[in-house]
Amino acid sequence: MKKIVVEGLKYRYPGAERLALDDVSFEVNAGELIGIIGKNGSGKSTLCYALTGLVPHFFRGAYGGRVLLDGLEVKTSTVAEISRKAGLVFDNPFTQISAAKETVFEEIAFGLENAGVPREEMAERIEWSMKLLGIEGIREKNPFELSGGQMQRVAIAGMLVMKPDILILDEPTSQLDPQGTEEVFQVIRNLAKEGMTILVAEHKVEKLAEYADKLLLLHDGKCAAFDAPKRVFSMENAESYGVELPLAAQIAKELDLRDEAGLYPAAPDELLALLKGRLQGAAGTDERFTE
Amino acid sequence: MKRAVKALNRISVQQLAFSYNGRDMVFENFSAEFSGGPTAIIGQNGAGKTTLVKLIKGLLKPDKGRILINGIPAGSMTVRDLAKTVGLVFQNPNDQIFKPSVLEEVTFGPNIIGFSGEKAERSAKEALEMLGISHLKHENPYDLNLSQRKLVSIASILSMDPDILIFDEPTMGQDYEGREIIKRTIRHLRERGKLVLAILHDMDFVAENFDRAVVLHEGKIIADGHPREVFAREEIVAQAGLELPNAVKLGKRLGLKDIFLTKNELIRYLKERASDR
Repeated sequence: MKKIVVEGLKYRYPGAERLALDDVSFEVNAGELIGIIGKNGSGKSTLCYALTGLVPHFFRGAYGGRVLLDGLEVKTSTVAEISRKAGLVFDNPFTQISAAKETVFEEIAFGLENAGVPREEMAERIEWSMKLLGIEGIREKNPFELSGGQMQRVAIAGMLVMKPDILILDEPTSQLDPQGTEEVFQVIRNLAKEGMTILVAEHKVEKLAEYADKLLLLHDGKCAAFDAPKRVFSMENAESYGVELPLAAQIAKELDLRDEAGLYPAAPDELLALLKGRLQGAAGTDERFTE
Repeated sequence: MKRAVKALNRISVQQLAFSYNGRDMVFENFSAEFSGGPTAIIGQNGAGKTTLVKLIKGLLKPDKGRILINGIPAGSMTVRDLAKTVGLVFQNPNDQIFKPSVLEEVTFGPNIIGFSGEKAERSAKEALEMLGISHLKHENPYDLNLSQRKLVSIASILSMDPDILIFDEPTMGQDYEGREIIKRTIRHLRERGKLVLAILHDMDFVAENFDRAVVLHEGKIIADGHPREVFAREEIVAQAGLELPNAVKLGKRLGLKDIFLTKNELIRYLKERASDR
């Protein structure tokens, strides 16, 4: 069975004139890692809200079509029921922090307490999530005294600790340093391998090209593409959607390098393979084009 | 008519010491000079980048040492004079924005530092234009998304026309178009002789737009120079929690000895090689 089914989803915020989501349909298998891309205002955050029930239950507004999470219909379920299936990490960590707790440790424990998880298991899971995000060193700090990047790590840890079946992240690395960003992508890649279904809205196409199974490209609330990264980046009009191509695809395009399927590579490795073929025999390049 | 040549804008940080709680020192005997072309401050979360710019802006008081802004000790300047000279765009626009409309928000700064009503309005409109958000001027900033709000917070500093502009992660949450707008804004400020400092986590952006990269690690500068020199030092980049720009990374994986800082440099080189054969 599909883990997530979205069928003809339409949504308009209260008081708004245009649809924020306009007839969006796609299906996701368990354990897939999906990148949601598109320019700002294309509907990425709204889709994140729709997958976790904030749309329509919190934001209200006009809603059509359906979203099924493991067969559970979002529209007819309560936020409490949905929250046991799917967790959301907001783009601004300030939104996520409960403000009810005085230390990072307690902040991460907050969701588990509400879910009634036994004490020993709680401690174990909190340690696990802090280790994944590299924040063991700040466990006693007040969440509001952290730097933006540290707060973002705490917000992600506070959701991972819940071990949701379905994890939705809205620009989770916007305030992270480069290594922190890389670590978060490795963590979610591993969690997906273990069976977690993950959708992540992100502008960092280099990371998505490397780690995502598929990309969902939104444009004016519509789904403009839903396919493997290199297929999406090889679309004739990819750049017209306001999305930058990853470096490998840009270079391939400039040099007119395509693979057997006629596609531009999205990740560096694929480009390297193609470049080596192309440049073989060029005077003096052989020894330089070795890894 | 000959125009008076304005002295170069300069920030001089001298033997600075600072801690938030009196125990854990963020800076100890820290000195740095900033002037000339756009300068990026890079380093991992918690390295002290935001603390440094807040000290320069006078939002935090050093425990020891001093900061000179164009030769004048920041501690002796009034808040108003400091606001005229140094503009700081916060990392989180929510910490900065408080007016009910974008235009009011962007006009507030110039009004408060003594621009005439007409000049304030003109300056605000230019700033909104520069940031590509003129069409949002009647919106409530809180109805905008985070990336638009960030552009509003940049515009509201630009409109005060300070000599020195400091941006705390200007590209945060920006899409391709937003990054292009910020790129253009930095270029514009450089042409007008402004001193631009920016805290950044986007190394591609640093490589493409900055003359100098200062690497901060645990309250110390561990590398300082043109991005081409800094990104040639892989061990420093790893130590500071950074990453190489994507073009540099790819060039290395291709086994190229030279540093190709930007995609255009790399593409130009590869095109030449390909036509060599």
